[in-house]
Amino acid sequence: MKYLGIEAKRPRIGVFDFTGCEGCELQLANKEETLPAFLNAIEVVNFREVSSVRNDHYDVALIEGAITRADEVERLKDIRDRAAVLVALGSCACFGGVCRLKNAYDLEAANREVYGNKPKDTLPARSAKEVVPVDLEIPGCPVSKAEVERIVQHVVWDLNYRFPVYPVCVECKQRYSVCMFEKGHLCLGPITRGGCNAPCPSSGLGCWGCRGPAADPNYEEFFAMAKERGFSEEEIAERMNFFGGFEGVL
Amino acid sequence: MKVNLNVDVHHLTRVEGHGNIRVRVEGGEIREARWDIVETPRYFEVMLKGKHYTSAGILTARICGICSIGHCLASLRATEDAFGVTISDAAAKLRLLAKHGENLQSHVLHVFFLAAPDFVGQPSVLPLIEAKPEVVQLACRLKGMANRMCDMVAGRTTHPTSLQVGGVSSVPDKYALRALRDELDRSKMDLGVAVELIKTFEIPDFVRETEFVSLKGENEYPFIGGRLVSSDGVEKEERDYRAMTNEYVDDHNTSKWTKLSRESFAVGALARFNNNAEFLHPEAARVAADLGLKRVCHNPFMNNVAQLVECVHSVYDSIRLIDELLEGGTTEAMVPVAPKAGEGVGAVEVPRGILYHHYEYDDRGRIVRANCVIPTTQNNANIHHDMRSLVEQFGREGMTDEKLELLCSMLVRAYDPCISCSVH
Repeated sequence: MKYLGIEAKRPRIGVFDFTGCEGCELQLANKEETLPAFLNAIEVVNFREVSSVRNDHYDVALIEGAITRADEVERLKDIRDRAAVLVALGSCACFGGVCRLKNAYDLEAANREVYGNKPKDTLPARSAKEVVPVDLEIPGCPVSKAEVERIVQHVVWDLNYRFPVYPVCVECKQRYSVCMFEKGHLCLGPITRGGCNAPCPSSGLGCWGCRGPAADPNYEEFFAMAKERGFSEEEIAERMNFFGGFEGVL
Repeated sequence: MKVNLNVDVHHLTRVEGHGNIRVRVEGGEIREARWDIVETPRYFEVMLKGKHYTSAGILTARICGICSIGHCLASLRATEDAFGVTISDAAAKLRLLAKHGENLQSHVLHVFFLAAPDFVGQPSVLPLIEAKPEVVQLACRLKGMANRMCDMVAGRTTHPTSLQVGGVSSVPDKYALRALRDELDRSKMDLGVAVELIKTFEIPDFVRETEFVSLKGENEYPFIGGRLVSSDGVEKEERDYRAMTNEYVDDHNTSKWTKLSRESFAVGALARFNNNAEFLHPEAARVAADLGLKRVCHNPFMNNVAQLVECVHSVYDSIRLIDELLEGGTTEAMVPVAPKAGEGVGAVEVPRGILYHHYEYDDRGRIVRANCVIPTTQNNANIHHDMRSLVEQFGREGMTDEKLELLCSMLVRAYDPCISCSVH
């Protein structure tokens, strides 16, 4: 691929799924209008869900899903050893995502409830960086393909990518959406990292914070404002802990 | 000559999730013929405990990245059943439109991107971008349209935002609906080309009689709620889904298995066709006849064909729904919701078959107990038994390990398994 006569780097990419819904991988095959250009900018050498070709020589490994079993720990370490760059793709890989919700329950009892007297192997859910060093995190449940494209553009032209520092509120206003608080709904838009283009508040759902905190979030002001509008601390905490990105804040 | 065959596939490719195939034939005797699910369990039913009704649909959508709209709809239906909520006619039409969008998106993804490479001797769709650009562009156009349809009606294709308890929170305006109608109209031509393309696929000549389970059509090809039916003559109410599924745990699988009248049964596009073909749109029925799909079809490889037939049905039925919505002039599609203690069940036909969600609520609208029965969970035992039968029928002289591996892989792919879903 050339632009202005300059040859772009075409990174060799492997995509690997762990515990999750594989919805983030699916986004890589979406946005069909630019899909051929996207696939031309990278070289997919290992992507089990899409291709039967399995090549273990890749520069960039995209990791999807949380780590929840001993064999996954070993697999992830092996991939880390092979990849120059390891990217956590989506909220499960970045924070543990909804998979982390199970950690609040007794796993032995959970196993009995689901599998009776034939329990299956499982560990508390962890994010990728709790197991191996991670070079880049792309959050979202699911990730935004437009944002993934922007990051890939930066990689192939050797530029630094910076995530937006502003919260979801900025993009929500840019779409002329009515504030969810004005409609009487709880919304984490004021404290959640933008970059998703606010799909939830724009269609009548308050933000659930799947992308984790914006840069330097003003929690104090947010809690005061949400409480003033009648939302309890329990409700706010439940929302903030849904995708794992705000762990430890409330 | 006695044949010896050995197939060992660890983490089958071009399917959603992680499963293994193991076949061993020694001296003409089948020692082993297995399909096993090794996906990591997530314990969604446990995570749902204590959750507020407003988060149940959001959480359970995350069971599956491909059929999240279907999970959300089954979840909403279970909650609305428990609370005695009746959604508006417009909301029901919008939800069915979202369902058609998901079916189209998922079926096109499967037929073109996951299954088709086997029929043209390629490891994936990627080499076809250069070799057959017109086919890839056609598949991308159809998939793109389906995704835009889901985005417009459900807020987002993967993990919908506007499908909520009480209805649909964001109604597309008439301009958006008209644009979508035009696009659906144009896609008929692409579907016509797709039908000619699938005619060139050599579908393996394999038959194993089984039982097919789906919703029962009363007046239309069923997708959301209603009675349950099997091709062996079993009929149940939606709330009696447990008697239709009979889940049990297998030692080798993290997915449960199910059974009804026989050792296994099948769900999905082929099951829906076999049980409800008389309700297909006439154009979809014509395409089925054109492609040699006749009920009751017991060849699982024909599920690929049934999916394309359903795509045609979904396009025509979506146009009907849009016309009705435009005539109704809806701007609001939510009704008030008051939580109360009780139980509810939601059955929805998602791309891979019938899906059930079942919740018990306390009087604060928080979940006490939850159960989800997934289409691929219901198919796994059937795939496993098909595998042995396939090896019996094809594992003869002249068969090689490579050819048998391809056949077994194609068999699993024909069911379009959603393995993470089945181990939720």
